[in-house]
Amino acid sequence: MTVPELADEFDNKVASGLAFLRRRLSGQYRVDEFGFDPELTEQVFQPVLRLLYRDWFRTEVLDVKNLPAQGGALVVGNHSGTIALDALMLTMACHDEHPARRHLRLLGADFVFKLPFVSELARKSGATLACNPDVERLLEADELVGVFPEGFKGVGKKFTDRYKLQRFGRGGFVSAALRTRRPIVPVAIVGAEEIYPLLGDVKPLARLIGAPYFPITPTFPWLGPLGLVPLPSKWLIRFGEPIDTEPYADRADDPAAVFNLADHVRETIQGMLHELLELRPDAFGP
Amino acid sequence: MTAVDTGTAGDRVRAPRVVIVTGISRFLGATIAARLAATPGVVRVIGVDRADPPGELRPLLRGVRVHRIDLAEGADELVELGAEALVHLAVVSSPDGRGGRAAMKDQNVIGTMQLLAACQQMPSLRRLVLRSSTAAYGASFRDPAVFTEETEPRATPRGGYARDILDIEGYVRGFRRRNPRVTTTVLRFTPFVGPQPDTGLLQLLAQPVVPTVLGRDPRLQFIHVDDALELLYRSVVEDHQGVFNVAGPGTITLSQAIRRLGRIALPVPEGILQAAAVYGRGVNGLRSLDQVDLFVHGRVVDTARLTERYGFTPRATAEAFDDFVRAQRGDAVLTPGRLAETERRMLEMIRTVRAGRVS
Repeated sequence: MTVPELADEFDNKVASGLAFLRRRLSGQYRVDEFGFDPELTEQVFQPVLRLLYRDWFRTEVLDVKNLPAQGGALVVGNHSGTIALDALMLTMACHDEHPARRHLRLLGADFVFKLPFVSELARKSGATLACNPDVERLLEADELVGVFPEGFKGVGKKFTDRYKLQRFGRGGFVSAALRTRRPIVPVAIVGAEEIYPLLGDVKPLARLIGAPYFPITPTFPWLGPLGLVPLPSKWLIRFGEPIDTEPYADRADDPAAVFNLADHVRETIQGMLHELLELRPDAFGP
Repeated sequence: MTAVDTGTAGDRVRAPRVVIVTGISRFLGATIAARLAATPGVVRVIGVDRADPPGELRPLLRGVRVHRIDLAEGADELVELGAEALVHLAVVSSPDGRGGRAAMKDQNVIGTMQLLAACQQMPSLRRLVLRSSTAAYGASFRDPAVFTEETEPRATPRGGYARDILDIEGYVRGFRRRNPRVTTTVLRFTPFVGPQPDTGLLQLLAQPVVPTVLGRDPRLQFIHVDDALELLYRSVVEDHQGVFNVAGPGTITLSQAIRRLGRIALPVPEGILQAAAVYGRGVNGLRSLDQVDLFVHGRVVDTARLTERYGFTPRATAEAFDDFVRAQRGDAVLTPGRLAETERRMLEMIRTVRAGRVS
């Protein structure tokens, strides 16, 4: 009796796969004004990332209820890991763990949009340039926006500085949240620091290829392409309570208010990081 | 690029009695001139171009007095015509063969300067409408995803057309400062689309094999040519002071456009396209740096101001583009019909094979 049911399931999969191919080949899909292609993201990018997220990093997510079910919000996280995998894993957490299956719209540095292929993938997966007009436009369109204010200082820091938040730049992200009156959701990510422990940075080589740094890790460049395989650390992601920006909404242009709020967000994330690290005594545990 | 916008919505509606339209030897100019000539209240329409209108446009121009003038050499003879409105469409986006880029720049920049000099001497002039382009925003990887009318270009664009547009808009801004009594409307159009492949971009896309930039999939926007005409028309018969982005809302990517047309993309590294555009004759129809820049960075603009002030929403980019797709279907390699048929056959085949195995 189970055979026809199995057959049905198989047939449905084949049918939906073919329909997907037909839609893609004939261009019958929607892309938003930032270039986000939800169908491609859900059907192609996310299944690949899910392997890393679930099976390789065994990611656990805490307090996902702090992420609003609807409306715009600015998700602010700590950045690390030499390659910005933490940003991608955070998009998986927002999509897979939240009941509303929300898409996190990442903000990327300008060099992401300078590079061929990378820029195309970034736009298709919903990212855009980290600049205030784009952030405000996304927030006003009620999107979740993900930002890592440490930028390269976070991703490119040495392994000995792990889980120490770097400076938060000018706090442009805060003024965008204030101007659009959308809440800030702090998030702490533990696990990304151990995937490519950065032992050194060969500055001349970095300058040669136009990258912000040239990483030396225990496996890269010694093992060649194999060195690109991230170490299987255990990941924890915790969403903090949303910070209401309504009370400061008219102070978006006041540097003191912006710095204060940015500092508050930074300290909240640092505090959450310490708590999470206690929950994870072994970086490569189960 | 600062857009000063103090203008009121188009409430003071009175058609101008005498209108000058430049660029009437092309479809847009001839069509708008014909429509204005048929508008009650418009007594006379004067068409200006440096070339004679081609045969197929002549029927449109029956009610239009055509002046053959090369604007770059002066526009004094337009001064005494008592024009109340002037529509400046003689801005070309690519060299048209006669004289190449130098002639194009003369026509665009010097022509506009001469025309504006003539406009200053027309006491009757009430409205000036300029055909501009979203090329005014330049192209840079540091650009925001969506341009509003206030966005400044990051750097001087390398494309000739984009540079011309910046110069022309600069002169028009100056004219506007000196002549506050003239309502000045600057329409920044995205590329036009309609059933006919009559722009450089559409001709490029209509080829069986379309060159693209390796590793880039730019976001494109189009305005349906019928909507462009409607907005131009309203700009002449109503008052709309300011700068406006004119585009169909939403976007389609270049790869999507090529797939909808059933064409095949040929990805070429940016450096090669660039070198071929500068030193050679381009790659398969892709000839100018303006086009290379568009195919690298794409361009999407915000149309909230247009919709609000004109009370008119152009049809969406995807919808407008489908009008072109339907007209080009004959040459398509992969059509939705063929794909759907292939899909049905494959499913049937799989079912037959499986049915054979189960029984």
